[in-house]
Amino acid sequence: MSADGVDLKKRRMLTAATSVVGAVGAGFVVYPFLAAWAPSEKAKAAGAPVEADISKLEPGQLMRVKWRGKPVWIVRRTEQNLKDLGAIGDRLADPASDMPQQPEYCKNEHRSIKPEYLVAIGICTHLGCSPTYRPDVAPADLGADWVGGFFCPCHGSRFDLSGRVYSGVPAPTNLEITKYTFLSDTTIRVGEDGGAA
Amino acid sequence: MSAMKNFVGWIDDRFPLTKVWNEHLAEYYAPKNFNFWYFMGSLAMLVLVNQILTGVWLAMSYKPDADLAFGSVEYIMRDVDWGWLIRYLHSTGASAFLIVIYLHMFRGLMYGSYRKPRELLWIIGVVIYLAMMATAFFGYLLPWGQMSFWGAQVIVNLFSAIPVIGPDLGVWIRGDYVISDATLNRFFALHFLLPFLLAALVFVHIVALHKVGSNNPDGIEIKKNKDENGIPKDGIPFHPYYSVKDIAGVAGFLFLFAAVVFFAPEMGGFFIEHPNFEPANPLKTPEHIAPVWYFTPFYAILRAVPSIAGSAFPGVAAMLLSIVVMFFLPWLDRSPVKSIRYKGVIFKASLAIFVVAFIMLGYLGTQPTTEGKTLLAQIGTVLYFAFFLLMPIYSKMDKTKPVPERVTK
Amino acid sequence: MKKLILSFLLTVMPVIGLAAGGGVQLDDADIDLTDQASLQHGAKLFMNYCLSCHSAKYQRYNRMARDLGLTEEEVKDNLMFTTDKIGDTMNIAMNPADAEKWFGVAPPDLSVIARARGVDWIYTYLRSFVPDEKRPFGVNNTVFPDVGMPHVLWKLQQDQPAEKFDSDMRDLTAFLSYISEPIQVERQRLGVWVLLFIAVFFVLAYLLKKEYWKDIH
Repeated sequence: MSADGVDLKKRRMLTAATSVVGAVGAGFVVYPFLAAWAPSEKAKAAGAPVEADISKLEPGQLMRVKWRGKPVWIVRRTEQNLKDLGAIGDRLADPASDMPQQPEYCKNEHRSIKPEYLVAIGICTHLGCSPTYRPDVAPADLGADWVGGFFCPCHGSRFDLSGRVYSGVPAPTNLEITKYTFLSDTTIRVGEDGGAA
Repeated sequence: MSAMKNFVGWIDDRFPLTKVWNEHLAEYYAPKNFNFWYFMGSLAMLVLVNQILTGVWLAMSYKPDADLAFGSVEYIMRDVDWGWLIRYLHSTGASAFLIVIYLHMFRGLMYGSYRKPRELLWIIGVVIYLAMMATAFFGYLLPWGQMSFWGAQVIVNLFSAIPVIGPDLGVWIRGDYVISDATLNRFFALHFLLPFLLAALVFVHIVALHKVGSNNPDGIEIKKNKDENGIPKDGIPFHPYYSVKDIAGVAGFLFLFAAVVFFAPEMGGFFIEHPNFEPANPLKTPEHIAPVWYFTPFYAILRAVPSIAGSAFPGVAAMLLSIVVMFFLPWLDRSPVKSIRYKGVIFKASLAIFVVAFIMLGYLGTQPTTEGKTLLAQIGTVLYFAFFLLMPIYSKMDKTKPVPERVTK
Repeated sequence: MKKLILSFLLTVMPVIGLAAGGGVQLDDADIDLTDQASLQHGAKLFMNYCLSCHSAKYQRYNRMARDLGLTEEEVKDNLMFTTDKIGDTMNIAMNPADAEKWFGVAPPDLSVIARARGVDWIYTYLRSFVPDEKRPFGVNNTVFPDVGMPHVLWKLQQDQPAEKFDSDMRDLTAFLSYISEPIQVERQRLGVWVLLFIAVFFVLAYLLKKEYWKDIH
């Protein structure tokens, strides 16, 4: 064992090359382990888009469908509801839906494809409770200026009938609206919009 | 650079980092004449890490339930992203582990690595081997295929053959009158636990190794020949010399390993057996059952010994003894030299016969019994035991060659 | 080195002894899993002839669509008779208890049958039904004596030339092999790259080792 005649440069280069290739290899090994945590084919199949038949939904009614284990609300709003949406803008945190809580095609006052039908994920953006549907106008517990909307029983967040959040409540953003599409006048497909943007 | 030094200093005041690094790597002097056989130790550790990692990941999707287990394995193979790779790494790893360990043990036999002062090192090694067999046995039930079920059935029934307590013992191990959901569930728990015990044993094995120092192909104690600084003349620091060598060895091993994982994960039915693609069926035994290949030598010994007075116990006892006898090896070898290089023709021939007998037993264990094959298995069994039990005699008779002072190239 | 080779040979020797199987001579299935037309045809036969009694309960339709180069619409329109959800697995409506009454045993799930039996066995089995008056359905099978399964393919066999029937059965066998391990083609494709990468790493590690070991005399 002697140090004379050692080509330090070559040694360093080979060490670096082996280390780099080894590190890349380690990365290749790690990847499948991380990827294995993604939703499996089974989870994806269970979370596939669901179809909802809205032919029986009367104005003012709400129906729930389950998509990816979460409640999705479909609300058929009345003429009066739609009028009220325009009148309460100054009491809302994000009346124009500027935050990316909905697909581009739902970035409007009624936050929907067809003004009449709201399709929204019924999970409060605060801590994940499911708010209750309160279409009644000016009830005793919600105050005289309540024009119908959603009220979260956990921490008192309020949303209007477009799922837009009121100012001054714990929830930071409007309710999330996922991709959906009308397969026909009476069928909605939730979770997929066929690439429409 | 000095920030780094300060940091290491800070650690060293609280944890002997530099000390451990030096004692076990940078200033651990290993004989400079290690050959191919000395890769196996580091490879075994690599495979153990592979088994633990892939095993934990499999456990994230596996269901230890008799109704769900088989399907959950297929779920891993199909529905979990990259699940197939993780599963094949694990199933191939199991066989690779045993291959590497058998080669590791054979190395010990060749070079007398079990001899004084390494008796305890050898014994810890045999305990590790036993723990591996137990782990493999528990794990093999988990896919809940036909081989899983009937293999476990046969092996648990070995315990039932023990006189007096046997039948109750069998029921107790299974937690039921047959291999069932209860058995599967407890085997899963044990299969998850044992590898950590195994890792602890490996740690103890290495502590013992570094106390006595590594043996080498010449069987010379390098510590007997030190220079003025107290460094063995035939020793070289483990790091960097053996770390770089082992990395190359690991690369070579991984090439073979990946070739199996990606191109022959079933390995012709030896690593994953064909009948195991049929779900366990307690009402129908497959036409031909055999344990996984690494158990077959012992299984052949079991079958070679006929039952006596209506009891299958003698076969079971022979099988257990075939492993127990390994513990006594350090005291059976009476040769004045350690390594096969300086042993005489008698020992060389004995070892060769032993290896042939072991492999023949392994082969016979995979085969259905016939009269001829049973006779062969009986011969193999006799040769297996003769290697150990006659060793005190033949190793003494053997004409040895003089051992040089220093290691050879 | 000689010892090394010897010990390696001795280790793999038992592997060679494996191939021996049951008495009947099996024909070579000679399937090609990269031939998507063959697999698609096999899928069609499977859906039409097998999937009413046998399930393939671990195989998803959408996975099959992806791997066989079909669109989900094509699969839905032509190959899906038991469900309307493309993400479903290939289940059947038949109740196993009824099946046992009708056939003596419940028809096994075919998801991994090709791995349990081997493709040659399946290919030969499908082509080995023979008339036998003593059996409930009037047929027996030379590969699987007293099998419970009737010869559901008899019309295919009767109405077509023998070569066409054989090629149909080859496609069906290929499909069964595919569903038994959907990843296998991809696995081998990936394997080539993995081995190449490890080979490069080995060369570097070997050169590094050689460089350091110049110190040792």
